[in-house]
Amino acid sequence: MDLKFSEADLTFRQEVVNFLEAEYPEDIKAKQDKRIPLEKDEIVRWQKILNQKGWFAINWPTEYTGQENLSVTQKYILQEELAKANTPTTIPFGMGMCAPVIYSFGTEEQKNKFLPSILNSDVWWCQGYSEPGSGSDLASLKTKAELKGDNYIVNGTKTWTTLAQHADWIFCLVRTETTPIKQEGISFLLIDMNTPGIEVKPIITVDGSHEVNMVYFDNVEVPSENLVGEEGQGWNIAKFLLAHERSGIAGIAALKRELSRLKDLSSDIPMGEGTLLEDPQFRNKIEETEIELTATEFTELRTLAAMSQGGSPGAESSILKIKGTELQQTISELFVEMLAYYAHPFYLENEIGSNETVGPDYAAPVMPHYLNYRKVSIYGGSNEIQRNVISKAILGL
Amino acid sequence: MDFTFNEEQTLIQDQVDQFIQKEYDWETRQSLSNSDLGFGDDNWQKFAELGWLGISTSEDCGGFGGSAIESMLIMEAFGKGLVVEPFLETIIMCGGLLDEHGTDHQKSSILESAIEGKMHLAMAYAEPQSRFNLSDVVTEAKEDGDSFVLNGYKSVVMNGPSANKLIVSARTSGAQLDENGITLFLIDGDAEGLNKTNYKTVDGRRASDLTIENVKVTKDDIIGQINDGFMLLDSSIDRAILAISAEAVGAMEVLYKTTVEYTKTREQFGTSIGKFQVLQHRMVDMFMEYEQCKSLLYMATMKQEEGSTDSKKAISGLKYQVGKAGKFIGQQAVQLHGGMGVTDELNVGHYFKRLTTIGTIFGNTDYHLKKYSSL
Repeated sequence: MDLKFSEADLTFRQEVVNFLEAEYPEDIKAKQDKRIPLEKDEIVRWQKILNQKGWFAINWPTEYTGQENLSVTQKYILQEELAKANTPTTIPFGMGMCAPVIYSFGTEEQKNKFLPSILNSDVWWCQGYSEPGSGSDLASLKTKAELKGDNYIVNGTKTWTTLAQHADWIFCLVRTETTPIKQEGISFLLIDMNTPGIEVKPIITVDGSHEVNMVYFDNVEVPSENLVGEEGQGWNIAKFLLAHERSGIAGIAALKRELSRLKDLSSDIPMGEGTLLEDPQFRNKIEETEIELTATEFTELRTLAAMSQGGSPGAESSILKIKGTELQQTISELFVEMLAYYAHPFYLENEIGSNETVGPDYAAPVMPHYLNYRKVSIYGGSNEIQRNVISKAILGL
Repeated sequence: MDFTFNEEQTLIQDQVDQFIQKEYDWETRQSLSNSDLGFGDDNWQKFAELGWLGISTSEDCGGFGGSAIESMLIMEAFGKGLVVEPFLETIIMCGGLLDEHGTDHQKSSILESAIEGKMHLAMAYAEPQSRFNLSDVVTEAKEDGDSFVLNGYKSVVMNGPSANKLIVSARTSGAQLDENGITLFLIDGDAEGLNKTNYKTVDGRRASDLTIENVKVTKDDIIGQINDGFMLLDSSIDRAILAISAEAVGAMEVLYKTTVEYTKTREQFGTSIGKFQVLQHRMVDMFMEYEQCKSLLYMATMKQEEGSTDSKKAISGLKYQVGKAGKFIGQQAVQLHGGMGVTDELNVGHYFKRLTTIGTIFGNTDYHLKKYSSL
């Protein structure tokens, strides 16, 4: 065991730093640094730049990317440097979620049709899982797909669909059969968002933003060739995919950046004759968070190391989901505490970064971020459900 | 010892509860909060007619001479309805201060108008560097013959946009952190040299930042004695903490009850989610936190009313508990409502937001824990 980076790793880190200096667009960086939400085309532009370098779909098997695989250590270094430079978070729905399903369960035709456009960020995907009556109990979903001739006819409603307003395609869990065991009648279907009968309606969240949507399906015709795997295999695919979703959910590298930013900013905030960072109460909270973050980072590294030896992300990814999201919430809360009264003035997304705001120039996005991040312990399988998974799958209870 | 309310107190409690239930439904509250003014002037006039605005004001100022108990009951009911009308700012903070320390002229020209609903007030005490420390004052007032000239900056002045008069803390002597040397001045909302930047706050209310440039006032605009403003301000904030804590208790009650009801009706895994023990225990904890807040609220309000020597310590203890419980109850109410809890449409997220700002206003848990141990 050792923690040292090899010469090759250090060279790789320098390569990443050089790449960022040369390739990270100034205009996107400026928005990112002010925490101004990005437009779709800016996210796409950045993903294409990453992909050019072979650093976008880093977890895909090399046969689908034509790019050399990175080692676990290199991936860790890459993510750390990307986060340190505050580059945009890549959108996981296509690259991190749908693609692994397609290359693991799809036909050759499906792989050829869908993977290149995901790799190149030409097609934006969203995830059709939750329904108004099916949250934590995902398997109770009711959206129905009936095979008629060569088409499935889809009827139902999906909700909390993140960024569906930008999406070209949606991958959906649908019910193709009513079975005594509800999991057995679920199938995994790929649907073109431009198909007649699909309607997207925004859901505005407490932070005033439009990120999630309702997606309605009214007699939507979907070619049967868009079924991934077999009918009734959808639940197994969903479980496979949830494990993938969770393993990325911790976002350790970004948390390290935010915690260090919190320290920097609070060291500039006066408090009596000293600074906020020197205040023992505030400082203790930062240090407790840092210890928890370090522990989570090394739990993730241990999990990744096991995966690179051929393991798959299983129930251990639930630990990362819980700890990562708790840390995201704690840190967003410490930012609010840091600002005191200046966390209260409220601005909508399009006002953030304007000169109209009061308080420190970084203040406006802090409270919306805190409010928005209440979602992270709810989505991707609520943290209560994750604890059930751990207690069942690991502790055997 | 007696924890019952007298007949008049029960009457006012019922009256305000009735108003919230019948005339302050959620859609009404949201449309008022989203209006240009940010609250309902019709409601404000009604509060005046019903005598709520003067309930705790002394009789010689046109009030009803009630105690802090009446204010507590009104604020608790307002918390249940998430009322956006600036009762806390105009009446409790500024009205209370003028009632205790204002000159006869200030009382007759300002306080009486305020309780008649004709004038709005705001207290400008926070500065960009001050956090919660009321004695950290950089804004200065320089004597110039019979008048004073004020210069400085005040942060997040609640109800600033509507305020016809503002009470501003300014340094007339001493160093930045000294308690001595702070004076309270009344300035006009439209005074020359006063620039208000108005905005909405996250809890659906309104506030302003104030740039004060050579604003001229006279000695008649001083509240209390020169250099002696700190104690006045401090006791006004104590009253405000009691009131905002009562509001928080009202909001907490709604949140825990709403959550319990929701978990009874929301079905997952073939049963109502309220049947799951992990959620039952969570809601039991929410309920207990609410009860603990209510206990400290009653205790601290009575101590303040009786003029106990340890009432300041009781108030800091209360505010600490309100911050802690408000965060827990707010966050868990959202969590147990799942995705619905983070929507703008459902009221739960809005109660959570108000409990979040209440946790900060007049000092967060860290500040009051420290203050508690120093008292």
